[in-house]
Amino acid sequence: MVKRLSHLLVPLIAIILGLAAGALIMLVSGYSVASGYSALWNGIFGEIYYVGETIRQITPYILSGLAVAFAFRTGLFNIGVEGQLLVGWTAAVWVGTAFDGPAYIHLPLALITAAAAGGLWGFIPGILKARFYVHEVIVTIMMNYIALHMTNYIISNVLTDHQDKTGKIHESASLRSPFLEQITDYSRLHLGIIVALLAAVIMWFIINKTTKGFELRAVGFNQHASQYAGMSVRKNIMTSMLISGAFAGLAGAMEGLGTFEYAAVKGAFTGVGFDGIAVALLGGNTAVGVVLAACLLGGLKIGALNMPIESGVPSEVVDIVIAIIILFVASSYAIRFVMGKLKKKGAN
Amino acid sequence: MDIVQILSIIVPATLVYAAPLILTALGGVFSERSGVVNIGLEGLMIIGAFTSVLFNLFFGPELGAATPWISLLAAMAAGALFSLIHAAAAISFRADQTVSGVAINMLALGATLFIVKLIYGKAQTDKIPEPFYKTKIPGLGDIPVLGKIFFSDVYYTSILAIALAFISWFILFKTPFGLRIRSVGEHPMAADTMGINVYKMRYIGVMISGLFGGLGGGVYASTIALDFTHSTISGQGFIALAALVFGKWHPIGALGAALFFGFAQSLSIIGSLLPLFKDIPNVYMLMAPYVLTILALTGFIGRADAPKANGVPYIKGKR
Amino acid sequence: MEYVIEMLNIRKAFPGIVANDNINLQVKKGEIHALLGENGAGKSTLMNVLFGLYQPERGEIRVRGEKGHINSPNKANDLGIGMVHQHFMLVDTFTVAENIILGKEPKKFGRIDRKRAGQEVQDISDRYGLHIHPEAKAADISVGMQQRAEILKTLYRGADILIFDEPTAVLTPHEIKELMQIMKNLVKEGKSIILITHKLKEIMEICDRVTVIRKGKGIKTLDVRDTNQDELASLMVGREVSFKTEKRAAQPGAEVLAIDGITVKDTRGIETVRDLSLSVKAGEIVGIAGVDGNGQSELIEAVTGLRKTDSGTITLNGKQIQNLTPRKITESGIGHIPQDRHKHGLVLDFPIGENILLQSYYKKPYSALGVLHKGEMYKKARSLISEYDVRTPDEYTHARALSGGNQQKAIIGREIDRNPDLLIAAQPTRGLDVGAIEFVHKKLIEQRDAGKAVLLLSFELEEIMNLSDRIAVIFEGRIIASVNPQETTEQELGLLMAGSTQKEAGKANG
Repeated sequence: MVKRLSHLLVPLIAIILGLAAGALIMLVSGYSVASGYSALWNGIFGEIYYVGETIRQITPYILSGLAVAFAFRTGLFNIGVEGQLLVGWTAAVWVGTAFDGPAYIHLPLALITAAAAGGLWGFIPGILKARFYVHEVIVTIMMNYIALHMTNYIISNVLTDHQDKTGKIHESASLRSPFLEQITDYSRLHLGIIVALLAAVIMWFIINKTTKGFELRAVGFNQHASQYAGMSVRKNIMTSMLISGAFAGLAGAMEGLGTFEYAAVKGAFTGVGFDGIAVALLGGNTAVGVVLAACLLGGLKIGALNMPIESGVPSEVVDIVIAIIILFVASSYAIRFVMGKLKKKGAN
Repeated sequence: MDIVQILSIIVPATLVYAAPLILTALGGVFSERSGVVNIGLEGLMIIGAFTSVLFNLFFGPELGAATPWISLLAAMAAGALFSLIHAAAAISFRADQTVSGVAINMLALGATLFIVKLIYGKAQTDKIPEPFYKTKIPGLGDIPVLGKIFFSDVYYTSILAIALAFISWFILFKTPFGLRIRSVGEHPMAADTMGINVYKMRYIGVMISGLFGGLGGGVYASTIALDFTHSTISGQGFIALAALVFGKWHPIGALGAALFFGFAQSLSIIGSLLPLFKDIPNVYMLMAPYVLTILALTGFIGRADAPKANGVPYIKGKR
Repeated sequence: MEYVIEMLNIRKAFPGIVANDNINLQVKKGEIHALLGENGAGKSTLMNVLFGLYQPERGEIRVRGEKGHINSPNKANDLGIGMVHQHFMLVDTFTVAENIILGKEPKKFGRIDRKRAGQEVQDISDRYGLHIHPEAKAADISVGMQQRAEILKTLYRGADILIFDEPTAVLTPHEIKELMQIMKNLVKEGKSIILITHKLKEIMEICDRVTVIRKGKGIKTLDVRDTNQDELASLMVGREVSFKTEKRAAQPGAEVLAIDGITVKDTRGIETVRDLSLSVKAGEIVGIAGVDGNGQSELIEAVTGLRKTDSGTITLNGKQIQNLTPRKITESGIGHIPQDRHKHGLVLDFPIGENILLQSYYKKPYSALGVLHKGEMYKKARSLISEYDVRTPDEYTHARALSGGNQQKAIIGREIDRNPDLLIAAQPTRGLDVGAIEFVHKKLIEQRDAGKAVLLLSFELEEIMNLSDRIAVIFEGRIIASVNPQETTEQELGLLMAGSTQKEAGKANG
C-alpha cells in the first residue's frame, strides 16, 4: 500500500513543481500568474465547447501513451509513435475515402487498417532489434522522418493529384457523432474516446492477465533468463513493437477519422507521439496511469490555447511546464532522495 | 555539364548544409563517448539558433561584420548552459537519458518560442541584419580546378567545422583528456579506480556537446535560415545524431557521415540543376539520410558499436 | 612503527546491512597478510575503504604510523596503496599500456607520450618479472596476462602496499603457482601484501598471518604457523565444518545423456567445443573439471538449447535433442541450475512466486487459452517455498530482495520439482554461504540417489572431487580424461586441467 502511494506521489510532486516553474516564468516575464493559470483553467472547463475539445485531445494521447507504455513495459523504447501515427492516419483516411459501405463495416475496417499500418511501422524496428540487435531508439527516430516524407508523398501523389490535402472521408467511416457535437456546442469531440478507453482495457488485460503479457514483461526485464525459461526473446520483441505500433496507428486514426476527417501534407510532426512519452512516464506505464496522465496533458494542451487570448501569456508556457514535469519524473531518484531525507528528519 | 561544373555546384552546397551537422555531431561524439546518450542535440541546436539570431538582431547594427562570429560565441555559451540541464538530470539524478533528451528538445522549443513571442509579439523573428556571406578565399580560390570547386563560393564556418573535426579527433585519441573521457564511457568503474572523476568527466562531455550543438545551431541560423521560427530547426539535430551513429562515434567518421547527409539535404535544393538527380523524385532524397542510417546500424554498412557504458548512469559504490 | 597499515574500529554500513562492524586490521611491513571470510563477510568492503572507494562512518586508518584520510583512489595511490581487483578493471578497447597509464599519462606537448609510456611499462614489467604485451588490446589477452596488467597498474603508480582481491578465482593451478612466486618476489622487493581470500589452502601455503572476518565483525588474527585449515574454517563459519559430504556408493543405471562428437562455436565464431563426447547415466553424478574458458559454458548451452551445435548429436533417453528449442529440450526432461543465477536463472524484478513458475506458467493448471490462473500459480509457489526453505517475507516479494542462497534454493526447487531425468548444475554454490552450500550438495546427492542423472560443472576442485562419482576433464573443447575421484589427487587433476595427458599426470601422481 505504501508502495502504491509513493508511485502516485512522485508524479504529483513533479506536476506541482512543473506548475510552480511555469508560475515563475510568467512572473519573471511580467505576466500575472493568477490571470495566466485562470485562463488555463477556463480554457478547459470554462465552456462546454472547451470540455468537448479537451476530451477530444485526450483521445489520441491515451492511445499514444499506451503505445509508449506498452513498449516500455516490455523493455523497449518506442520513440517512433509520431511516425506510426502518421502512417495510421494516412491509412485510415485512404480507407475512408477510397471505399464505401455501411458504417458497421467501413469504420471498423478503417480502424483495423490504421492499426495494421501502425503495427507494421512499429514491427520494422522490432524485427531489426530482435534479429540484428539494433537499438530501437535511433531506428524509430529515423522511421519517424521516413514516415513524414513518405506519407506526404502518398497524400500528394497517390491519394490526390498534387494537392495538399485529401478530400473528406465518407461519413460511414467517420467517428464524428452529431449527438456529441450538439451537446458540446459543436466541438470536434468524437466517438474515438470510446475506442481509446477500450484500448486501455485491452492493454491492461494483455499485460497482467495473459501468458503473452507474462512473457513480454519477463523479456522486458531480463532477456537472458527469459531465454533460459524457454521464451522466444525475438518473437516477444517483435510482438511488443507490433502491438505498440498498432496503438500508435489507432491514435492516427483518431485524428484522421474524427478530429479532421481528412489527411494533409505536414511540415512537421504533430507532437502527439512525443507527448505520448510524457503521458506514459507520468502514468507509470500502467493502463490506468496512462488514462489519467492523458487527461492531464490533454487538458493542459487545450487550456493553453486560451492563455494568449484571455491573459496574453504565450501558450508555450504549457510546453515548458510539460517538459519540466517530464524532467522531474525522469529524475525521480532525486525526488525520492529528498523524500527519504525528509522522512528521516520526521522520524527524528 | 562537365565534371568540374557539377562538382562546383555540389561541393559548396554540401558544405553549407553539412557544416551545422558536422558541428552538432561532434558534440554528440564527446557526450556519448563519455557515456551519456544525447538525444537532445535537436534542442541544443534550437538554443544555438535562437541565441545567435537574437544576438544578431540586437547587436548587428553596432557590431557590423563581426556580429555573426560573436553571435556564435553567444550560441555556444547558451548551448553549454542549457546542456547542464541534461547533464544534471542524466548524471546526478540518474534519469533515463533518452527521456531527458526528449524533454530537453521540448523545453528548448517551448522556451525559445515563448521568449520570441514575449519580445516580438509574433511567432517569427525578422531576418538577421548581419548573416555570414559566402566568399572566395584569397589565394586558395585561385588554384585551377580545386580552387573553383572548394574555395570559390564557401562559408568560413564550413571550413571551421571541418577543422574542428580534426581537432576533435586529436583531442579524443591523442591527449590524456581524450583517453580519460573514453575510459569513462567504456568502463567507468575502471576509470574510477584509476582516480578519474567519472561525474566530472561526463559533465564535461555533455557540456562540450552543448558548446558544439549551440555552435551548429548558430551556424545554421546564420548561414541558411537567417531568422528564427518554430520550424527553423526541424530534424537537423536528429540527422546529426544519425551522422554520429553512422560515423561509429568517431569524429572523422561523423565528419564523413555529416558530409554525406549534407549532400543528401542539399540535393533537395540543387537536384534540379544536376543531370543525374533531377529525375529522381524528391522524396527519396529527403528519406535517404534516415534510411542509410538504419542500414548502417543493421550492419549492412558495418556494425556500429556504441561506447560500452553508454546510457548507463554510473553509481559510485554499487556492489 | 612495526605496522605499515592499521585499520582501527572501522564501521561501514549500506542500506540494510552493516558490512564492516568495528573491524581492526594491522599489517606488518613486508608480510603477506590474509583477510579470510566467507562471501559477504565484508572483506572486499574493508579493502575498498582502504583503497578510498568507500568512506567509513567511523574508524581510523594509519599508513606507516601516520593518520590518513583516504577519500579517493588517488589519495590511496599517493600513500602507496594499490589494489588488484577480483573483477578486472580493464578497458577492452584500450591497449595494455593505455590501461596501465590511464590517469597518470606521460605527456609531451599536450599529447600522450606513447614511447615513454611503453618504455616505462616495459621497465617495471621486467623488474618484477610480470610478462605482458604492452600494445595488445585488453580484450584479446589471456586471463593471466590481464591479472599481470592489473598488478602493473599498481606498481606503475609506485604502490608499496598491494591488496589482492580473490586473485586465484580464475587461474589454473599452474597459474596460481606462478602468482604465488610473483607475490614472493614483490615481498622480497620490500612490498607488503594483503590477500583477500576464502581459500584456506592458499593461506596456509603463502601467508604469514591471517585475520578472520565473519558477518562484518573481526574475529581473530593468527599466525599461520600456529594454526591449520580446520581451525580457520571453523573460525570463518562459526561452527564445526565437515569437509566431506556423506554419500553412499553410486549405483549407475541406464545411460540418460549421450553427447557424441559435438562441435560448438562461440559468439565470435571460434570453435570452443571440438568433437566432444560425454555420457551420463542415471543415478550418477558426473563432474566436469576444467579452467574457465575451455568450453564448459558453451557445452552446457548446447545441451540446454541456447547455442547451436554444428555437428554431432545430443541424445536424451534415446531421443535426439540437439538444436531443438530450449522449451522442447526442457520438456524432454532436463532441469538446469544456471551458472549465473542473476543473469539466467531469475527475473529479479518479478515476484519470487512468478520466478518459481518461470518454466511452467504456460502449462495447465497455471494457465489456459493464454490466460493466467494466478491463484494456481501462487499456490504452487507457496508450496515450493516452504518445501525448499526459501526465506522470504512472502511469495510476492521481488526476487531481487532475497539473499543469494535463498534465490538459489528457489531455482533448485523449481528445477527439481519438474522431475527432470537429467539435472544440470552449473556452479551451483557460487557466492553461497556454507549453510546454503550444504543444502545444495544434499539436494544433488538426493537426486542422484533417486535415480536421476546429474551433470555438475564447478570451478571448485574440492566440490567436484567431493560430489562426483566420475570426473570428466575438459580442455580446449574436448574431454581429455575421465577419472575416478577416489583414485586421483588435486595435483593430478590440476595438471589434466592444464592440458597434460593422463599418462603424464598419472606419473606426477605416482
